[in-house]
Amino acid sequence: MTATDNSPAPGADSDAPPPDPNAVQVTVNGVPHTARKGQLIIEAAADAGQYIPRFCYHERMTPVGKCRMCLVEADGGRGPAVTVSCMVPVAPDMKIETESPMAKRMQEGVLELLLANHPLDCPVCDKGGECPLQDQTMSHGPGESRFVEEKRHYEKPIPISDLVFLDRERCILCDRCTRFADEVAGDALIHFIGRGNSTQVMTFPDEPFASYFSGNTVQICPVGALTAKPYRFKARPWDLDEVESTCTTCSVGCRTVVQSSRDQLLRYQGVDSDPVNWGWLCDRGRFGFESVNSDHRLTEPLVRSATGLVPTSWNAALAATVTLIEDAKAAAGPESIAVIGGARGTNEDAFAWARLAHDVIDTPNVYSQMGDGLPVGILGMPRATINDVASATTIVLLAPDLKEELPILYLRVRDAVEKRRAKVIEFTPKQGGVTRYAWKSIAYEPGTQVDAVSAALADPAIAAQLASGSVAVVAGRANLAETSAATVQALQTLLAAVPQATVLPAFRRGNVVGALQVGMRPRSGGLDTRGTLQAAADGKIECLILVGADPLADFPDSDLARRALFGARRIISVDTHLSATSDRADVVLPAAAFGEKSGTTTNLEGRVTTLGRKVTPAGTSRPDWMIAAAIAQGLGVDLGYRSVDDITDAIAAMVASYDGVTREALASSPDGIMSHTPASIDPINPVSVEIGVRNSYDFRLVVSRKLYDAAVGTATSPSMAHLAPGQSAHLHPLDVERAGVVAGAEVKVISPRATAVMRIEADPTVLRGTVWVPFNQPGGNVGDLIDCTAPVTDVRIENL
Amino acid sequence: MSTYRWAAGYIDDGDRPKIVTSRFEYEDSYTLERYHATGGYDGLKRALAKAPNEVHDEVRGATILGRGGAGFPAGTKWGLMPADKYPRYLVVNGDESEPGTYKDRLLMERDPHQLIEGCLIAAYAAGLAQVFLYIRGEMPLAHERVGQALNEAYAAGYIGKNILGTNFSVDIVLHWGAGAYVVGEETALIESLEGKRGEPRLKPPFFPAAIGLYGQPTIVNNVETLSNLPWLLVNGMEAYTAIGTQTSPGTRMVAVSGHVNRPGVYEIINGTTTFRDLFYGEEFCQGIRNGNELKAFVPGGGSAPWFTPDQLDLPFEGRLVGAAGSMLGSGAIMVMDHTTDIPAAALTLTRFYAHESCGQCTPCREGGTWLERVLARVVAGNGTPADLDQLMEIGESICPGDFPHAANEALGLAATPFPYKMTTICFVGPSAYAPVHSALTLFRSEFEAKITRRNSIPVAAIHSTPAPAGAH
Amino acid sequence: MARLNDDNVRLAQEIIGRYPRPRSATIPLLHLAQEQEGYLTQDAIKHVAELVGATSAEVLGTATFYEMFKFEPVGKYLINICGTMSCALMGAEELMHHAEERLGVKAGGTTSDGLFTLEHAECQAACTEAPCLQVNYRHAFRVTNADLDTLIDDLRAGTLDGEIPAHGTLARVRQSIPADKAAGVVTPEQVGAPAWFPAKDPS
Repeated sequence: MTATDNSPAPGADSDAPPPDPNAVQVTVNGVPHTARKGQLIIEAAADAGQYIPRFCYHERMTPVGKCRMCLVEADGGRGPAVTVSCMVPVAPDMKIETESPMAKRMQEGVLELLLANHPLDCPVCDKGGECPLQDQTMSHGPGESRFVEEKRHYEKPIPISDLVFLDRERCILCDRCTRFADEVAGDALIHFIGRGNSTQVMTFPDEPFASYFSGNTVQICPVGALTAKPYRFKARPWDLDEVESTCTTCSVGCRTVVQSSRDQLLRYQGVDSDPVNWGWLCDRGRFGFESVNSDHRLTEPLVRSATGLVPTSWNAALAATVTLIEDAKAAAGPESIAVIGGARGTNEDAFAWARLAHDVIDTPNVYSQMGDGLPVGILGMPRATINDVASATTIVLLAPDLKEELPILYLRVRDAVEKRRAKVIEFTPKQGGVTRYAWKSIAYEPGTQVDAVSAALADPAIAAQLASGSVAVVAGRANLAETSAATVQALQTLLAAVPQATVLPAFRRGNVVGALQVGMRPRSGGLDTRGTLQAAADGKIECLILVGADPLADFPDSDLARRALFGARRIISVDTHLSATSDRADVVLPAAAFGEKSGTTTNLEGRVTTLGRKVTPAGTSRPDWMIAAAIAQGLGVDLGYRSVDDITDAIAAMVASYDGVTREALASSPDGIMSHTPASIDPINPVSVEIGVRNSYDFRLVVSRKLYDAAVGTATSPSMAHLAPGQSAHLHPLDVERAGVVAGAEVKVISPRATAVMRIEADPTVLRGTVWVPFNQPGGNVGDLIDCTAPVTDVRIENL
Repeated sequence: MSTYRWAAGYIDDGDRPKIVTSRFEYEDSYTLERYHATGGYDGLKRALAKAPNEVHDEVRGATILGRGGAGFPAGTKWGLMPADKYPRYLVVNGDESEPGTYKDRLLMERDPHQLIEGCLIAAYAAGLAQVFLYIRGEMPLAHERVGQALNEAYAAGYIGKNILGTNFSVDIVLHWGAGAYVVGEETALIESLEGKRGEPRLKPPFFPAAIGLYGQPTIVNNVETLSNLPWLLVNGMEAYTAIGTQTSPGTRMVAVSGHVNRPGVYEIINGTTTFRDLFYGEEFCQGIRNGNELKAFVPGGGSAPWFTPDQLDLPFEGRLVGAAGSMLGSGAIMVMDHTTDIPAAALTLTRFYAHESCGQCTPCREGGTWLERVLARVVAGNGTPADLDQLMEIGESICPGDFPHAANEALGLAATPFPYKMTTICFVGPSAYAPVHSALTLFRSEFEAKITRRNSIPVAAIHSTPAPAGAH
Repeated sequence: MARLNDDNVRLAQEIIGRYPRPRSATIPLLHLAQEQEGYLTQDAIKHVAELVGATSAEVLGTATFYEMFKFEPVGKYLINICGTMSCALMGAEELMHHAEERLGVKAGGTTSDGLFTLEHAECQAACTEAPCLQVNYRHAFRVTNADLDTLIDDLRAGTLDGEIPAHGTLARVRQSIPADKAAGVVTPEQVGAPAWFPAKDPS
């Protein structure tokens, strides 16, 4: 183009991007680079291909500039200055030198000083081979320390919690673990103690680092100071093989790497997925691999004989399964068959089972929730992502305690409050993990949440807050001892008043959203889980098929579950571990567990991510989908699935909400692909519940989960099994007195259904007039008290 | 009369203007009654008769250099707060603990109302909505005197709601520390005041004037700095700048300790008084003890690089002293005569800073202690020739590049001016190195003599050899 | 139980009330606890943590940062002999040796009668009066060996009780802000410039 030509060729100028107001021109080691406004030097240099060594800096935590490893020279116009690259942002025309003689001298100096008191016991250290101190000493250090004085000595290692050990001699005091505990987890139970050269990380003497997130500190420790009990001395990093995957312990869908050695799962590490987990994992998810390796795994098919369940071949077991189904069909038609489950597996598992149930067996009775969620129609509401929740002006919680049930979502909500000043309005029958961060924590007596929501909406301050910006609602089942309709009604009331609100379903089970979306839900006229169990109890179910479902442990109404298992004429159980439920089955088919199979999963947002297979399945166990295909084959139908990939393709092709969720797309999107709201899901009709008035001598029962309970994932993980708190009845301290009982004593808790004996605990987080009992605790029986047909459960409390 | 038994250490001799110590001659100088009788709270009344920005201009015009160590002008500091961010706080730094330094303790013990009045003037002028007066923990007498004075001043209506009937309202909260030198650093002081460990914050990017206490704009001023304000408001900017020099107006309290005949705290004229005046003048220290030779002196608190007799004629002026390779710091001079064991003297300071390291940043935590260990070994006669180079190399990991030092004619050394570069968050780490560097640069032969002695000791005996006598 | 007693809890609440954030009262409250027991018990640290809304680990982290807090019982009199430069130049080491001999304990030790704990200390802001020491943070200046002997005798005899309270008690005068005079706590949430101050800083 000539200088005189000032009429631009069509499109010529519009091709040149407009100057980016966020661009900052700098040089890194002499090479021009465009950085972002406000970007830290350490990040800008990384973008420019220059890795600046660091220990304390962690991209998900506030920089503190303590280790001094990332010192560089930066010239902002007043000459080269010693600059902490993890704390100082780029400035226009800044000249950044990461490898100048001065920068190198500083980096070598800091490394030598860090090594001064480090024991250099790398050969016996778990971190050796993946240790930032080791690696950066090799790449940026002098290679040795001239420190010949006596090093610091401490007793080592010491347990600082049930899961984590601390070696203070190895510690370089980078403040990562302590910052994580305070800033990310909100559990400032470890802290720097002492001063100067005798500073150390410690807990208070009798208050261990009992954080649900403690394992993250092990992962982010840049030396071998923090080690996790389940992994100590199990492997060397160079022996580990790994694959990326998605944790399915709950429905948040945290990204992980699954690591193994010699065909055994040994460790999960968090992967930083920006829309989901930011690299964090909860301890239950992180250490759940122990349960996969457990001796309690089902390793071969079992069939019932006169003497009980006996091992058999797959051929025999499948033949028996087919016979059970055919007999049931012959006896009372396909409607007498029901399938419960699917939330534990992959989308592919669930899809294969949905096809088997709907298309081959031809039963409408299919469901993957266990009576502990909300109606599937909630998936049809305007969906919020986790990021929508975390970036909302107002976060409304009509949900169980996120810290206990969806721990990483709790971290994201907590972060939104602490860092971004988001306001949380919490409706809850019991104070929980989020309460201390809530702008308004509104306690309601079970069943009355609609009144609580209506009253809140009438409060001018709350109404103004809700009108001030985006609103995201997290909706789930806060109380297993009440009808879900009470929460649905409250949610509908809220959405009617706040039409811009979006909803994140707080469904808890790993792949429950995926299972529901790919078809593990009743066809028209079909039964949900409660309906199925009721029908079974009434003797109307000829064959009950449980796919990773354990109604005795998971269905809130234990009595109904028991009667159902008694009433069902035939039971087929597909599971990873033998449970009280599968123990009653006629055929038990061993299923492959997490890490033993690949596929995809769908988290509570509807995000589809991949699962990786790292080890061979225990014994002869098989993935659920393969079992479904084999049963279909036995019933005379070839589903056509020879591999997981076949089913992933089939889902993309056949399920409208998975349109575009192809293997190719997934392979290039580590953060996953959003599925769409299934058009076929019936909207929830307006509901209205009538809640009776509580007799003033009674207490209204609230039952919800703790992170650690008697579920197989924790019960069969030796490091976590003992962390379940056990069953006890929690009353507000003033109610302890009113009930005439004594904290610590065993009492009778009497519902219209049954009487359970448990210990009383005084607990100020419990609303007066209610009693809270954790669900599914080892040896617990609170499910006996719950009548799932009653809107709420009121109990009396009496001394023994 | 030149000394007062109730103000031990303070020496009032000669005919110099007194700005902050004018009441020290009275035994009851700390009472409200005496304060009233000597023009007390007149400065506040004058201030309240003006607009806040007029008072600020007066302070800015007087160029009151911060007396805590950095010497930054108070009026300028106040002007660094963002114009639209409130509330703003005032934190009074009474955590005096720099080795060799004491004047804030005397000012708090002897004239607490003067300090309180200074706080009120600052709060009024700079729009500071609440004042926290942080007193070093190991100063219970200062705590009692200031506490008593605060109670009196509240009762008299000088502090609190609608002060002297105006719409100026501010509380002054007495706060006390618990023994940590580093808390004297202004950001560590803020951390400590927030109930945390006294770990300094990194600055830049943020300074307390922008992001301070609870994240709000905060002015941290030294006790002596604030104690200047009442006199300034009564006597005016011109009277203040008539004393001293243009760049260093007013007076300063200076403590001269060590091997002089009359160690003491003196209020001196800023900018003109020389070290020679101080050490040898009749109205000051009256010479080196026993007629001994001056060997070296620390001109500005334990953190400062050392001077030798070559620098005696430098005046007490920050820029000149900086160019000569040291700093004035907090007005503390420690004098060593020719009998001094230089390595041992350096060790007392290095040990202090190593001990007082907060521990958060690597070079200070590890480097300070390492310096102390090696130096202690050398002082004890167990050093090796390599140790001396190693001391300098460890120091370079704390302060890369040239470290400031004084010129020395006999050694043929030219001065390296202040300041130094540092790999640490604050100056505690460099302060552990400063005495080592000064002593080794100016008196290396004394270290070598100790090494030579060690070389005559059988190797097997090294670790069982008791330490030779220390400084004397 | 060595939590704060009722009087001290009332005092603690009054002190907390002066700060925009309760946690700012941590050090003053730890001093109260130390005044009550002579040192910081674990229960007291937990109690302070409850009062200021921090975890026990956080309060322990703060407490252990500061020299004056003691986590084991110390003598009724804590004798701190300064050893920093000015005092060292003037004979602090000899004074310490003498004190060790006289008390029969090494620095850091407590006499068997529980009366004296001897410590090395850093600069006590009395450098011109070297060598100096503090007994429960009350100064003694230009201390000779003979002065030290007299001091110890006087402390033993109780003749200094009026001047030197037992370890833990710092100031015997407390600040008290009368409710009717208080301007009030200014929290960071408070909006706008103070009443007397023009909203836009003219400087």
